[in-house]
Amino acid sequence: MLQAHRALKDILAGGIFIAIGLAFALGSLSYDIGTPLRMGPGYVPLVLGGLLAALGVGVVVKGFIAGEGASLGGFEWRAVILITAALIFFGVTVRGLGAVPALFGTSLLASLARSRTSWREALLISVGLTVLSVVIFIVGLQLRLRLLGPWIPV
Amino acid sequence: MELFDNLGLGFETALSLENLLFCFIGVVLGTAVGVLPGIGPTATIAMLLPITFNFEPVSALIMLAGIYYGAQYGGSTTAILINLPGESSAAVTAIDGHEMARKGRAGVALATAAIGSFFAGTVATVVLVLFAPPLADIALTFGSPELFPLIVLGLIASIALASGSTLKALAMIVLGLLLGTIGQDQYTATPRFVFGVRELFGGINFVSVAVGMFGIAEILRNLEDEKTRKLVTQKIAGLWPTRDDFRRMARPILRGTALGSALGVLPGAGHVLASFGSYSIEKRIARDKSEFGHGAIEAVAGPESANNAAAQTSFIPLLTLGLPASPVMALMFGALLIHGIQPGPRVIETQPALFWGLIVSMWVGNTFLLLLNLPLIGIWVRMLTIPYRMLFPAIIVFASIGTFSLGLNAWDVFAIAFFGILGYVLVKLGCEPAPLLLGFVLGPLLVEHLRRSLVISRGDLSIFVSTGTSTALLLLALAAVVIAALPAIRRRREVVFAEEEDA
Repeated sequence: MLQAHRALKDILAGGIFIAIGLAFALGSLSYDIGTPLRMGPGYVPLVLGGLLAALGVGVVVKGFIAGEGASLGGFEWRAVILITAALIFFGVTVRGLGAVPALFGTSLLASLARSRTSWREALLISVGLTVLSVVIFIVGLQLRLRLLGPWIPV
Repeated sequence: MELFDNLGLGFETALSLENLLFCFIGVVLGTAVGVLPGIGPTATIAMLLPITFNFEPVSALIMLAGIYYGAQYGGSTTAILINLPGESSAAVTAIDGHEMARKGRAGVALATAAIGSFFAGTVATVVLVLFAPPLADIALTFGSPELFPLIVLGLIASIALASGSTLKALAMIVLGLLLGTIGQDQYTATPRFVFGVRELFGGINFVSVAVGMFGIAEILRNLEDEKTRKLVTQKIAGLWPTRDDFRRMARPILRGTALGSALGVLPGAGHVLASFGSYSIEKRIARDKSEFGHGAIEAVAGPESANNAAAQTSFIPLLTLGLPASPVMALMFGALLIHGIQPGPRVIETQPALFWGLIVSMWVGNTFLLLLNLPLIGIWVRMLTIPYRMLFPAIIVFASIGTFSLGLNAWDVFAIAFFGILGYVLVKLGCEPAPLLLGFVLGPLLVEHLRRSLVISRGDLSIFVSTGTSTALLLLALAAVVIAALPAIRRRREVVFAEEEDA
């Protein structure tokens, strides 16, 4: 594989900072900016967004002067996608399906984020975790969540 | 004597049956977390914060603090037994502690760590009692024109001692501040950057930020390459150090405690620096240097005392100035806010039971740790063998349900995913997550003091150089940036933190 450019990490990091900074700065223009004495809701995000973008430029420039150059390593796509899916599944279904299905689905998606975990193993872990979470949070800590939600016709 | 009255109040609070129980739960959970792979105190405290909201504020704080210093204990256990520090400050302990374990002296190493930590914890408690009130008195005289530079100083100083690029750390602070502006504006109630999502009007929850950046991002990194853990010894015998061991550990413990108490007050990685500092001091003054790296008891006793002392004195800036110095302290800051208590110099006055009770509970908790951990070492050892494939889904599930229970808001759970990915990417690109969390937590306060100052001065920025105190604080902040960026110091820091990573 090609040796990564020594500024690669800094270009990417700086790029993220610049993008987020500009997004906030531009977004803040749609709010009232105000003056230093009477700051509007857009004042602080505008200043900070500009500052972040400037620091981002600094990070990129410094990368070209003295980049660290270490390679990035792989990007764990499977884990990123499945763990994100697990968290979103929980948020979307916890009210509708209720705690038990939401916990089970989240555990299953999460366990499968590790590529070497088999389906069988993942199912076992999920059953265990669902029981454990119900015992700790709903029985023990009296969290007011329905075990089965209105989406499930009984 | 007022001091004894205060301590009396502290003991009364900390020794109530309820608080003893929470302290106990805290230190046990903390030890477990320190022992378990791939989950640190920051993520744990963030996940458990929601369930403490129904407790009394003092009980909540006592338990959360217990998790923090309990984790330091647990971290040294894994460092000694499997050469994997559960916590960054235990990295030095691993060097000689693990060697001792390989020579069959695991029990003595564990006992030394426990005794050193207990002694350091006791002394650090006294340091807190003596130094916190006067510092708070000074801070009480500050107005917004001083508090704004003070917060700036706190934020910048926290990165001066951390590892990695200063420029990136500064950017992470600003990113944290920016993310803190999402939601309704404090003054005009205008919703900002919410894209019409009602659930975002209250802003992003700091629990989601912490769980995502420290919990989920860490899981993603661990899944990249799984380490297998090997135990040196299944059975640990001979816990009690010999007379000669006691003689050799006494002075390192004293020196480590002193160093740790002092460095813990500093923002940033105070406790990590303390343990590394103590190691190099012990090595420098040892008569027989050849033993270092091959199981010197001094190299376990000193650093362990230092990091435990520092863990406790790091509460000083939080409780007296309202400045969290580390991610864990940022969470404590958030926990206090949620209980309706503004962290800062007024806490001692308005919440004396909380302040003194918390301090005394640290000593109580250290006693628990000493009494519990050595006899129960077998349980902790067994915990080391819990496979990661079961552990990380549990973290994700507990994080979801815990964060959801905070406000029954699904967006708090979605935010975890966002910050998890952001944290994973940024850490890969060499950006530390700690400054972002500090910026996020301190952001609203920073903006408030800026606004107030500018109202006082009618929009004139020169108010921040109009008094001696505020000028001095700003100059210190500037000095911190310069120091962090100086090549000589950078190199030194890199050596320290490189050792940490290798260990």
